[in-house]
Amino acid sequence: MRSNPLSIVKVEELKAYYVSESYGINSVVKAVDDVSFEIYEDEILGIAGESGCGKTTLLKTLLGTIKPPLSIFGGRIFYRIEDEYRDILSFREGELRDIRWKIVSYIPQGSMSVLNPVRKIKDTFLDFMEAHRPDISKSEFDSLVKNYLGALGLPTEVLDSYPHQLSGGMRQRVTIALSTIFKPKIVLADEPTTALDVVVQRGILQLLRKIQREEKNTLVVVSHDMGVHARISDRVGIMYAGKIIEIGNTEEIYTNPLHPYTRYLISSLPKIGDKAYRTGVPGSPPSLSNLPAGCRFQDRCPEIKDICREEEPSLVEVNDNHKVACFLVSKGEENYES
Amino acid sequence: MNHNNKLLFIKNLTKIFSAGSFLFKSNIVAVNNVSLELNAQRAEIFTLAGESGSGKTTLARIILGLVRPTSGTILYKGRDITQIKSAKDWKWFTREVQPISQNPFDTFSPLNKVETYLYDTAINYNIVTNKSEVYNILDEKLKAVGLSWDEVRGKYPNEFSGGQLQRLSIARAIITNPSLIVADEPVSMIDASLRMSIVNLFKNLKEQFNVSVIYITHDLATAYYISDRIAIMLRGSIVESGPVEKVLNAPLHPYTKLLKQSIPEPTIDVQWEEEIQLSVTEIKEFTASGCKFAARCPYVMETCKTKEPEETFVDERAVRCYLYK
Ligand SMILES: Nc1ncnc2c1ncn2[C@@H]1O[C@H](COP(=O)(O)OP(=O)(O)OP(=O)(O)O)[C@@H](O)[C@H]1O
Ligand SMILES: Nc1ncnc2c1ncn2[C@@H]1O[C@H](COP(=O)(O)OP(=O)(O)OP(=O)(O)O)[C@@H](O)[C@H]1O
Ligand SMILES: [Mg+2]
Ligand SMILES: [Mg+2]
Repeated sequence: MRSNPLSIVKVEELKAYYVSESYGINSVVKAVDDVSFEIYEDEILGIAGESGCGKTTLLKTLLGTIKPPLSIFGGRIFYRIEDEYRDILSFREGELRDIRWKIVSYIPQGSMSVLNPVRKIKDTFLDFMEAHRPDISKSEFDSLVKNYLGALGLPTEVLDSYPHQLSGGMRQRVTIALSTIFKPKIVLADEPTTALDVVVQRGILQLLRKIQREEKNTLVVVSHDMGVHARISDRVGIMYAGKIIEIGNTEEIYTNPLHPYTRYLISSLPKIGDKAYRTGVPGSPPSLSNLPAGCRFQDRCPEIKDICREEEPSLVEVNDNHKVACFLVSKGEENYES
Repeated sequence: MNHNNKLLFIKNLTKIFSAGSFLFKSNIVAVNNVSLELNAQRAEIFTLAGESGSGKTTLARIILGLVRPTSGTILYKGRDITQIKSAKDWKWFTREVQPISQNPFDTFSPLNKVETYLYDTAINYNIVTNKSEVYNILDEKLKAVGLSWDEVRGKYPNEFSGGQLQRLSIARAIITNPSLIVADEPVSMIDASLRMSIVNLFKNLKEQFNVSVIYITHDLATAYYISDRIAIMLRGSIVESGPVEKVLNAPLHPYTKLLKQSIPEPTIDVQWEEEIQLSVTEIKEFTASGCKFAARCPYVMETCKTKEPEETFVDERAVRCYLYK
């Protein structure tokens, strides 16, 4: 592992809540609640966690797309732009527009349907260029697209196809090509393979990794499937009910998972050759608009202690490559912050 | 022939769709000469696995009586389901064979309380005769999927998670006491951490209620976990089938191997080495004249490109591949 990796993004004490009002009652959904972590240059960071834990919300705030009912209740998101750390939460819309696609791009959840069904793929690329890079001429762009698709191993015949003529896997590869063609420094991919079959999933993951290894940029991949992270991520952060509860090197997370939730996530997946009885994580997560005092995992935890109902564990360093928020590891008051 | 001892008897079943514009018409053989049988005495879980576009849903819809096959035989408890005409017989059939769909949000309309569906199913199939009885039955069925009437009463679909809704659709399906459940990718939209709890329900149905299940998936790991037998589909054809331990522990067909190697297991001991080829368009593979895997197969030979391999029997299973001639 590299020593002292350089951070390209630093998230500090980020709080992003959905606020809505019905019948005069305010409800606050704490989708991202006091989250701090760093994203390094030249890495694939995986974000795992079950449905509704706040993964998409976290990506949206990283991208600076904060629209009601979502709003920021605190914290900072620093991007390193020309060797300077700048808080994008203080950016004006114009500044945000400038960084999108050039510095950071986003592959949204369910993105296969973003391709315009009545336009050929080459026209979609053209529309995209006109919207984001009017400075490039059409002929320059034509060869850029052809070269890029070629480099990704996509047959150029896809350019003359309509989306419905392509297989699901090809469509997803086209969206990935579209969102990486301007070589952004950071690519945020939200569940890029969910709902695809395993073979296509593998093709997509291999493509994403290939792009990252070649560009040496940063890829953040959201997936609820721990199998996916084992194959692609260099580091993995586990989210639970709006918090990051464990983060570390992939090797650390899989060989020495410390949070009981992480252990469940890994052991709940079946393996060929093993018919031993397996269960999912028991119970269900707490409501993000009505969180309990103490640890958010308390009601599902097989190893609960008294303190877990009283205090909320904070994320502490186990070693250079591993942090966890659990009283099984840190003993309450004796919390040692790094 | 007497097929009454078979729950399901399928022989040389084919379904052809015509695709393409009217100038370049091409036929897609979505189900190609498929044969399979389920035993009536002993319930079993039979997996149909394969990539997207391999014909799994089409075959499932034929079994459910929703799509007419182009040719071939399909008998349920000895009766030709394509010949069911009267409303009474159709009711018998739909009570016996129940579907579970991929997206639980399709089963329940957002505008109705979920109990409406459970209630209507019980009434429409005359499972109960009076209203006071119905809640006991519903509670019993909900308990079988780990829920209870009290947790469900008065609630709308959006008040449940995807996993809970899928449990509810299983509860709805078992209200009629079916003998066969056809579950089309029942967990592929469910969170990985909740999948096993749903998959275990199918195991329970088989073991406790003697219900057979056709489990459709592209995930061979859950297939291994729950099924007794498996058939691997590739662009309409079953290319390998047999006991799940045999087929998945030591797959023979290169396509089965590819499916197996592509499962992302949650361990860092395995890495994907070689890049894989994906099909560009389904239609190209469907209309290929030889083995549909030839264009992607690492062991491809000349014969593979011209003629589809016949079925051969090797080591307790049937396989269609020239490597095993
Ligand atoms: N527009 C909204 N208004 C109110 N609550 C919202 C809104 N969007 C999301 N939420 C809630 O915020 C929480 C986090 O949602 P988010 O979409 O970030 O989860 P996720 O981890 O991406 O889930 P999934 O795996 O299902 O995509 C959930 O409880 C969700 O119900
Ligand atoms: N009604 C139809 N008309 C024309 N073609 C159809 C029709 N239904 C299915 N097909 C085609 O038949 C082939 C098999 O489709 P099917 O939905 O059975 O596959 P599948 O294995 O269930 O795939 P998936 O994993 O994507 O659900 C596909 O090429 C599909 O486009
Ligand atoms: Mg999401
Ligand atoms: Mg299908």
